[in-house]
Amino acid sequence: MKPQKILRSAWEGLMLNKIRSFLTTLGVIIGVASVIVMLAVSAGTEAAIAEQINALGANLIIVSPARGIPGASRTLLMDDATFIGEQLVGITGFSAEQAPAAQTVKANGLTLDSIAAIGVTSDFPSVRDYAVESGRFFTIDEDERKAKVVVLGAGIATDLFGADDPKGQTVTVGTTKLTVIGVMETKGMVADVDYDGRVYLPINLVFQKYMTTMTIGGDRVRTIYVKAESPEKIDSIINQITVLLAERHDVEASKPDFTVQTQSDIIATQEATTAAFRDLLAWVAGVSLLVGGIGIMNIMLVSVTERTREIGLRQALGARPSDVLLQFLFEAIILSLVGGVVGVALGVGGSYMFGALGSMQTAIVPESIPLAFGAAAIIGIFFGYYPATQAAKLDPIVALRHE
Amino acid sequence: MTESLIEIRDMTKVYGEDEGAVYALAGVDAEVKHGEFVAIMGPSGSGKSTLMNILGCLDRPSSGAYVLDGRDVSQLTKNELAEVRNQKLGFIFQSFNLLPRLSALTNVMMPMLYNPLEDIGDEEAEARAIAALESVGLGSRLHHHPNQLSGGQQQRVAIARALVNHPPLILADEPTGNLDSKSSVEIMGILHQLHHQGVTIVMVTHEHDIAAHAQRTICVRDGKIVNDGHCADSRQ
Ligand SMILES: Nc1ncnc2c1ncn2[C@@H]1O[C@H](COP(=O)(O)OP(=O)(O)O)[C@@H](O)[C@H]1O
Ligand SMILES: [Mg+2]
Repeated sequence: MKPQKILRSAWEGLMLNKIRSFLTTLGVIIGVASVIVMLAVSAGTEAAIAEQINALGANLIIVSPARGIPGASRTLLMDDATFIGEQLVGITGFSAEQAPAAQTVKANGLTLDSIAAIGVTSDFPSVRDYAVESGRFFTIDEDERKAKVVVLGAGIATDLFGADDPKGQTVTVGTTKLTVIGVMETKGMVADVDYDGRVYLPINLVFQKYMTTMTIGGDRVRTIYVKAESPEKIDSIINQITVLLAERHDVEASKPDFTVQTQSDIIATQEATTAAFRDLLAWVAGVSLLVGGIGIMNIMLVSVTERTREIGLRQALGARPSDVLLQFLFEAIILSLVGGVVGVALGVGGSYMFGALGSMQTAIVPESIPLAFGAAAIIGIFFGYYPATQAAKLDPIVALRHE
Repeated sequence: MTESLIEIRDMTKVYGEDEGAVYALAGVDAEVKHGEFVAIMGPSGSGKSTLMNILGCLDRPSSGAYVLDGRDVSQLTKNELAEVRNQKLGFIFQSFNLLPRLSALTNVMMPMLYNPLEDIGDEEAEARAIAALESVGLGSRLHHHPNQLSGGQQQRVAIARALVNHPPLILADEPTGNLDSKSSVEIMGILHQLHHQGVTIVMVTHEHDIAAHAQRTICVRDGKIVNDGHCADSRQ
């Protein structure tokens, strides 16, 4: 007998009991869908991480006050930034940042509430890979003499001035009137920060005008960004910073009152969340495929018992053991492959949905589709083989007499 | 044709071992010629079905020789036996043994599915099955399922299925055992017709009027043939 005839006969057999066949494949459907979603999530995460590394600024080292140490938030000063900026070997620049409480921004008759006014140093655009779109950034000289200038984020510029060029306009940030000298390029959201919705001021102006209301004023900085010449220099620079600042702060290098991180450290936290989700899905996929396979085996064994007489009859009509074996094996494989098709559809749809609804980025991995099919087929063969051999082993006369 | 279609020599079939051994067949010799219509009679438990199962290559004898159509089939492999069943034999069972989920037509097409010698295309298989169903008077019931047919009609579907591969030998184990007398008469009419067309038929029955349709009656008792020729009184 030709295998394709057995295949058709197997298909027809399954179609006679559609609901049961469908329920049998449910485990495989869930397993296959999970495999696809899982791979889409991990590919999406990788893409998102690569994007963020570039968006934060390449080869960046981030120095900030240590958390959880009393008084540590006071430890990082502007002088520290200038000092390491002068001492470090292998850097192209540094930028210190400080952010006072959110400010009210007024201009052109409009008022924007709760706007982040960030004090930065003049190297900010080059260190953070964040260019000025129109106009210019302030100079080191303007920073040092606390010039009353401001550079607007792209979103703020549009909100206040629409399509007009804001250059030369006066903007009131808090209570201080500032002159707009430039507008930054559009950058969007990076690591949950909306760069376009901020305004950038000389950091020394921020120290003078915006930090005074806080209990401890002065020239404390929130973050110092240091840009390495190349990725290979990053480790050495981290060591230099640790040694230099520890000595300056008179603390042990093993117990610093500051932290030195790279982008990968920062992103690792975010990655860990996605990784946990991905691992969970991997488990769901594995367990579902296993349970799905056992489900198929179970139903096939039931089916062999239920259809013992049918098997005996087929043998009487000339079916060889191999014909019977193939019939049941094909039924199992069809069940798992149909489960695979539905699972792929569900997985692809689910991946899009996760991407669209959740905060997670997803990217469907094309290879995951044949992979999922392969897994489904192997499950069909693996879990269908035993019931099929049970069917093929039946003695025709015993099978025919079966009630 | 002078050569025998069936020839069995000193055949035994033993169930169990030692003291518990049951001789379902205790040394049977028999011969059926091409074109013969033979009835097998005997009391219940005498070994009729055992004999039919061995004749049908569904079971193997414990000892003895079985030559079917010139070929010793007592030592064949499972695959060879399957081929013999497909090509040489047509079965008619007391309980019809149709697959309830399939139409009459699909039931009749099944033996062609397993034909090892000839790859019969769909249309050809359907045409042959329709012809077989028409020959038993069911040309208008092709797409009915077994539960939509009377007992007599179901047995006619089974006969069409037995005929569809044109085997030389039809084996019928109590073909009218589950039927009323009117249906029985119809079935015997069809078997008669087949006999006239030259098909060899071996049929088990315990009804004398059914056996009377055959040319010859073999009488079995306690696993032995007690009277080959006629069966005076084998009422169980
Ligand atoms: N599978 C079996 N196992 C044990 N004994 C059997 C088996 N099949 C048949 N027998 C015994 O063999 C004898 C003949 O049975 P069978 O051929 O079915 O008789 P009949 O068809 O003439 O009524 C009986 O005694 C029966 O109990
Ligand atoms: Mg019997």
